[in-house]
Amino acid sequence: MTADREEAARRGSALAEGALGGDRRALARLLTAVENRTPVAEAALRRLHAEAGDAHLVGITGAPGAGKSTLVAALIGEVRASGRSVAVVAVDPSSPITGGAILGDRVRMQAYAADDGVFIRSMASRGHAGGLAAASVAAATVLDAAGFDLILLETVGTGQSEVEVAAAADTTVVLEAPEMGDEVQAIKAGLLEVADVVVVNKGDRPGAQRAAAELRAMLTATASPRLAGADPTATARTASGGPAAAPARPGPKRPEVLVTTATTGEGVPELLAAIERHRQGLGVEGGPAPVRRARAAALVWALLGDRVRRRLEDPALADVTAETLDAVVRHELDPYAAADRLLGALVGDAGRRPEGRDAGRQTSRG
Amino acid sequence: MGDRPIKVLIAKPGLDGHDRGAKVLARGLRDEGFEVVYTGLRQTPEMVVTAALQEDVDVVGLSILSGAHMTLVPRVCALLREKGLGDVLVAAGGIIPDDDVPALREAGVAAVFGPGTTIGDVAAFIRANVRALD
Ligand SMILES: Nc1nc2c(ncn2[C@@H]2O[C@H](COP(=O)(O)OP(=O)(O)O)[C@@H](O)[C@H]2O)c(=O)[nH]1
Ligand SMILES: [Mg+2]
Repeated sequence: MTADREEAARRGSALAEGALGGDRRALARLLTAVENRTPVAEAALRRLHAEAGDAHLVGITGAPGAGKSTLVAALIGEVRASGRSVAVVAVDPSSPITGGAILGDRVRMQAYAADDGVFIRSMASRGHAGGLAAASVAAATVLDAAGFDLILLETVGTGQSEVEVAAAADTTVVLEAPEMGDEVQAIKAGLLEVADVVVVNKGDRPGAQRAAAELRAMLTATASPRLAGADPTATARTASGGPAAAPARPGPKRPEVLVTTATTGEGVPELLAAIERHRQGLGVEGGPAPVRRARAAALVWALLGDRVRRRLEDPALADVTAETLDAVVRHELDPYAAADRLLGALVGDAGRRPEGRDAGRQTSRG
Repeated sequence: MGDRPIKVLIAKPGLDGHDRGAKVLARGLRDEGFEVVYTGLRQTPEMVVTAALQEDVDVVGLSILSGAHMTLVPRVCALLREKGLGDVLVAAGGIIPDDDVPALREAGVAAVFGPGTTIGDVAAFIRANVRALD
């Protein structure tokens, strides 16, 4: 057990150092560990978190066939022309039945195989509820630490978890294509609510300009609620007056609507400029932007949940946990009291643990 | 951690005019539970190896109809080794005469699949021969 942990820590830090030093194979292997959420990934991410934070994470989402991959390829070209490096994480759905997946986004991004300033990685969604956002944000953290300036995260905007991924980005671009029927697809999928920039792609098709005009009219009426609602800790903080360190939250903004033709590159420089403007508006460079705080909160809460559960299921507490749950089944204990009891057991147990240093310190202080 | 899906790159190096067979194979392997990276037509060996490296695939499947397998396949194998990807399982398929098989195996190809091969055969071979999944 401990030997495994040490081996994972050793391998994790070796891969992290490799990735930081520009070793692309180490980077790729690390991304596999991150996807599989192994102890190696945890060890590496502990090392890499401090090195990350400079990259601009941009989510690109929209219906299948809207032209996301083609647009990503065009954006890569534009970003490279400006001398910056770019990494892509392209997520495709896994089959819920077999667990297999076809990851076909690279087909449109083949022009950059010889360019060391471009790194493209496909990922299957693997159906883990909520975990997809965590895995792709972790992948982005690794690529960020490895020095990529811009990270493009392509997801199909259909499932809830895919939308969450896009929404976790600093800037979320929602793609629409004019021929996709009368009703704008993004509205059906609830995507416009997470959009910072809306793109009508296939500008060479009839109806593109009209679709853009309709979207602009629609978005004038309803401003994006994203920044107001994204941080699950926001309400509690506001209710209690909030600590001084809480980041200022700018009011919701109306997303820009642009038209592109990904196949020819038309409108792509303007799109990149809009993405850049959005980042400047976020103030990512100045201090913690609300979207980044929301991302941090989501990651930490997810880990905390995992850890609490693991503690409650480990041998020291497994009996108490089982008895408590049984008491709820027998209706002798209500679920609220059960949660309180388990929380109490957890705190008591942490105090007794040699590695429960934080809890120990708190006890001695109080 | 051996329970993750096996990741396979299906690549078409060379100048083949269509990729129907490769797409059928990609879909078939997906249905067998593999994660299949598909990169489309007209790949150079360098493109194939870059994709294999960035995607950290366990298997590279090369589909070649054009007859250029005797130059393309050994080149891919050599580049894989050069990039430290010697543990990646390489298989080839398409139109490859039996006479060429020994030389391809010598170059590092683990299996050459002929026209009669089923998806099930390919899946079974991969499962039996893939590197340890970590
Ligand atoms: N006419 C036209 N076709 C496009 C444009 N952008 C993408 N496509 C085509 O739309 C199809 C789907 O593109 P893809 O990038 O794979 O879409 P994705 O599923 O959203 O990633 C492909 O055949 C592209 O060539 C565009 O601007 N104009
Ligand atoms: Mg795509």
